Amino acid sequence: MLYINCPHCGMRSQNEFSYGGDASVKRPELNKEVSDQEWDNFVYNRKSLRGKHLELWQHISGCRQWIKVERDTVTHEIFRTFKADEEVA
Amino acid sequence: MTQAFRIENEGLINRDKKLSFKFNGKTYLGYEGDTLASALLANGVHLVGRSFKYHRPRGFFGAGVDEPYAVVQLYRNGETEPNIKATEQELFEGLEAKSVNCWPSVNFDIGAINNFLKIFLPAGFYYKTFMWPKSFWYRIYEPFIRKAAGLGVASTKHDNERYEHKYEHCDLLIAGSGPSGLAGAYAAAKNGAKVILAEDKPRFGGSLLTSDVNIGNQSGKDWAEGIIAELKTMPNVVVKNRSQIFGYYDHNMLVMSEKVSDHLPSTKKYHPNKRLWYIRAKEVLISSGSIERPIVFGNNDTPGVMLSSAAKEYLKVYGVLVGRKPLVFTNNDSGYETAIEFKKHGVDPVVLDTRKNPESEIIDEAKNLGINIKNSYVVVAAQGYKKVKSADIASISEDKKQLGKIENIQCDCICVSGFWTPTIHLASQSGNKTKFKEGIDAFVPGQSKQNEITLGAANGVFSLDETLKTSFKAGSELSKKITENDNEIAIPNVVEKKSSQYDKFWCVPLPKGKNYKRFLDFQNDVAVSDVEIALREGYRSIEHVKRYTTLGMATDQGKTSNLNGLQLVSEIENKVVPAVGHTTFRPPYTPVSIGAIVGREVGKHSKPTRKSPMHSWHEKNNAVFVDAGIWLRPRYYKRGNENLFEGSKREAKNVRTNVGVCDVTTLGKIDIKGPDAAELLNRVYTNAWLKLPVGKARYGVMLREDGIVMDDGTTTRISENHYHMTTTTAQAANVLSHLEYYLQLVWPELNVNVVSTTEQWAGAAIAGPKSRDLLKKLFPNSDVSNEGLPFMGYIEGDLFGVKARIYRISFSGELAYEVNVESDYGNFMWEKIMEVGEEFNIQPYGTEALSTLRIEMGHVAGSELDGRTIPFDNALEGLVSKKKDFIGKRSLQRSAFIAEDRQRIVGVVPLDKQTSIPEGSHLVKDDKAPLPNPKLGHISASCWSVEYDNPFSLAILKDGKNMIGQKLFAMSPLKNKVIPVEIVSSHYVDPKGERVRS
Ligand SMILES: [Zn+2]
Repeated sequence: MLYINCPHCGMRSQNEFSYGGDASVKRPELNKEVSDQEWDNFVYNRKSLRGKHLELWQHISGCRQWIKVERDTVTHEIFRTFKADEEVA
Repeated sequence: MTQAFRIENEGLINRDKKLSFKFNGKTYLGYEGDTLASALLANGVHLVGRSFKYHRPRGFFGAGVDEPYAVVQLYRNGETEPNIKATEQELFEGLEAKSVNCWPSVNFDIGAINNFLKIFLPAGFYYKTFMWPKSFWYRIYEPFIRKAAGLGVASTKHDNERYEHKYEHCDLLIAGSGPSGLAGAYAAAKNGAKVILAEDKPRFGGSLLTSDVNIGNQSGKDWAEGIIAELKTMPNVVVKNRSQIFGYYDHNMLVMSEKVSDHLPSTKKYHPNKRLWYIRAKEVLISSGSIERPIVFGNNDTPGVMLSSAAKEYLKVYGVLVGRKPLVFTNNDSGYETAIEFKKHGVDPVVLDTRKNPESEIIDEAKNLGINIKNSYVVVAAQGYKKVKSADIASISEDKKQLGKIENIQCDCICVSGFWTPTIHLASQSGNKTKFKEGIDAFVPGQSKQNEITLGAANGVFSLDETLKTSFKAGSELSKKITENDNEIAIPNVVEKKSSQYDKFWCVPLPKGKNYKRFLDFQNDVAVSDVEIALREGYRSIEHVKRYTTLGMATDQGKTSNLNGLQLVSEIENKVVPAVGHTTFRPPYTPVSIGAIVGREVGKHSKPTRKSPMHSWHEKNNAVFVDAGIWLRPRYYKRGNENLFEGSKREAKNVRTNVGVCDVTTLGKIDIKGPDAAELLNRVYTNAWLKLPVGKARYGVMLREDGIVMDDGTTTRISENHYHMTTTTAQAANVLSHLEYYLQLVWPELNVNVVSTTEQWAGAAIAGPKSRDLLKKLFPNSDVSNEGLPFMGYIEGDLFGVKARIYRISFSGELAYEVNVESDYGNFMWEKIMEVGEEFNIQPYGTEALSTLRIEMGHVAGSELDGRTIPFDNALEGLVSKKKDFIGKRSLQRSAFIAEDRQRIVGVVPLDKQTSIPEGSHLVKDDKAPLPNPKLGHISASCWSVEYDNPFSLAILKDGKNMIGQKLFAMSPLKNKVIPVEIVSSHYVDPKGERVRS
């Protein structure tokens, strides 16, 4: 079970969180022309990275905030966590 | 029966307390502190079971967790449990156990015929033979294997024992209470660290219980006792025996199974049987010790052949002689330690040492005691069927390839020592990159991945002095990092005898003309010849060899077989062992009871149960309940002998003719506040929301980004910046997360707050032509006329002094209202509605009537919004705005979603107006078409229309728009039904929707 540092609450066990997928995906802006390819990339196409991956988790049994977690998909090591509005450098 | 093999003045058992127990129906005596194994051996019982494949007789091989043979079926307090190791099961008064794998009895076992047929059961036999013909599998092979295989029988009864889970955090978790564990724990505890020390056996001390050493001025055993006693007094230390750490998971989470009650005749009141600990440790110190390795020779599975360390443990801990004429077969000094203990207790052992001329303090002691030692000698084969009677022995050449003349010597047990294998399971599970250590020819932990360190024998260090020094130091340093204390500890003096180098010898060659079975894996009956076959057939990867031969796959997980298997592969392949590599160590280290894993989450506790505030009223009024997600809802209110069909029909009919009331508390409710609330709704729902006036409700549909309908419901504008959203019962949690996702991540600029208020409001739907009359009496001070409270209107009212929210919304398609009050007033509201409604013939209605009402109105619910349909499919395209953008809109342009013959909701009526159509039935054109019959659609929901008094169903049908009036067949192979049907409009009742506006 992963041990995730919620930037709002501190270290919490994985069973308090739910997984939310790739955090690098950006939703196309509303009311903008979007090509089929762009839209497909947004809705369906994911890289399924091996290694360092920036992903979303929601602290559903805690503060209910969506957070960003930088995690290695092979070793499960968690490097850093960010608030939803924090820029990831 | 007397305990003929028990000796005086030795052992840690309590001789003042005799215990009586039964094995295979026969009564024996043992002592408190015995295991089932030690008590049987004290009574001279060596035959405990039959082997897995060949049904060869099985005895005891070890004295603890590594035991591959002595697996029994246990009977305790009216319950039975399979797969219990006799070497781990502590004796209690009245214990009963039986052998497994034998029929009709352990002494006469029909399956033993496999032993004579073993030529037919080589490696991969199951794969090769039982593959063909396929039809034989279920009828012949599978029942045969089922009967022959298995290590006991699981009980089919409900388990009355309780199991609990515990979550714990600590600075330092220590796995194993041998010398390294005790030293590490003591040093860390002295530095004030929060320490958990876990020992799988009942007694603490590990190897110190049996070895002849001194620490300080005490024996090793007394030193261990002193340390444990002191640790137990320290408030920062938890000391646990009978507790096996079986799994090392991510981020230093370890799981431990504590046997709380297995050593007692029955579990004490309020105690669990087992307790599963989830421990998050900052640092882990693995002091799991090592397991003695067997040497492979002919018939090495005969009862009476056992590890020399086990023989020593039976003697030193339990005061039991495993034989009176022991033969010790060793390639290192450990065998001598066992021989010395025998000799000290008046038994004359013979030692066969594969080494030519070893010299050490231990060997000198053995010689001084006059022990008969034969150097450069091996056991070629054990003789005897159900028990060792003698051994064929021979000298062996220096290159270990040639055997001398074979001699037979009498013996009643053969104690084998092939040196020691560090127990690296936990380290390996943690992700540690293990490495092969020359000199001991075994894998030891290497580079750590997590915060873990392995010490002592588990790390391949067999000197007590070095073990204590490194362990005290590690305990100090690890704890210092955490507590910043640095209390110095005097490291005690150690007196131990020095050992000489072990001989890298693990398998005795076969003598000419002999074809003895030489077993590698004792539990799974895998012999040297099986591995040879696998390699001959081209299996190379050790993982493949494992699966093909089943080497190391049984419940003992190859604890004794692993390294010898690797040695064999490396020898045949002409590779060094590290190049062969070892198979993956996976948790659990030992079998764990399913009950312990499940914990308290059984039966009705397997998920939380939510009840509405009106639940007790429903109970009192004969509600028959149904699970709706995690809620319990009334399905119908039973009157007399009514069944579900009759009851729900009555309730639905009463809504259509009079008035009914339904508990709708379970609907998801979300409070939405903020200046941008309307903008959020406008983006989330497919229809327009910016112009909804205060005091009005609107029905909305929300999509996922892929265009599929996610949920529907009504949202009401309570005040300028305040909205009340309802969701379906099932999707409530998902919708909240969905809103939070967009507010926090996608559109953080929107100034809106959302919060779940599902539990804060109790809800009652009042539906039927007389509902307004009832409402007038409930709220005499409010204007609830069609003008004062029109369809989709909202007002606040006073319900006999209680503030209420009144929404004019309808799921049933009738004139209807939904009244909400704060949850605590729910029952009050309900009772008032029933009381005042009496004159209008009010009846409560359950979910079944609710379904009927919505189905005949063509209102969609979860069975249509099933994660596969878009708005068009549900005839909801009128709610899809062309003007504005919203979540999922772009996906609706996908070609499949705009296809001319797109699926769509329709109504379905059986031609005979009699036969109900099973939900899930497929709609087809031709009921006689060859399979697979092309499916045009499926029945999503069925009811008995109370309006027309005939069956009616909804279906999602291909090209549904153009199918109205068509005749099709509804086929349900599950129910074996073929029903001719007509396709009609999904709006079966009141298609113009006049009633809701009346
Ligand atoms: Zn949090």
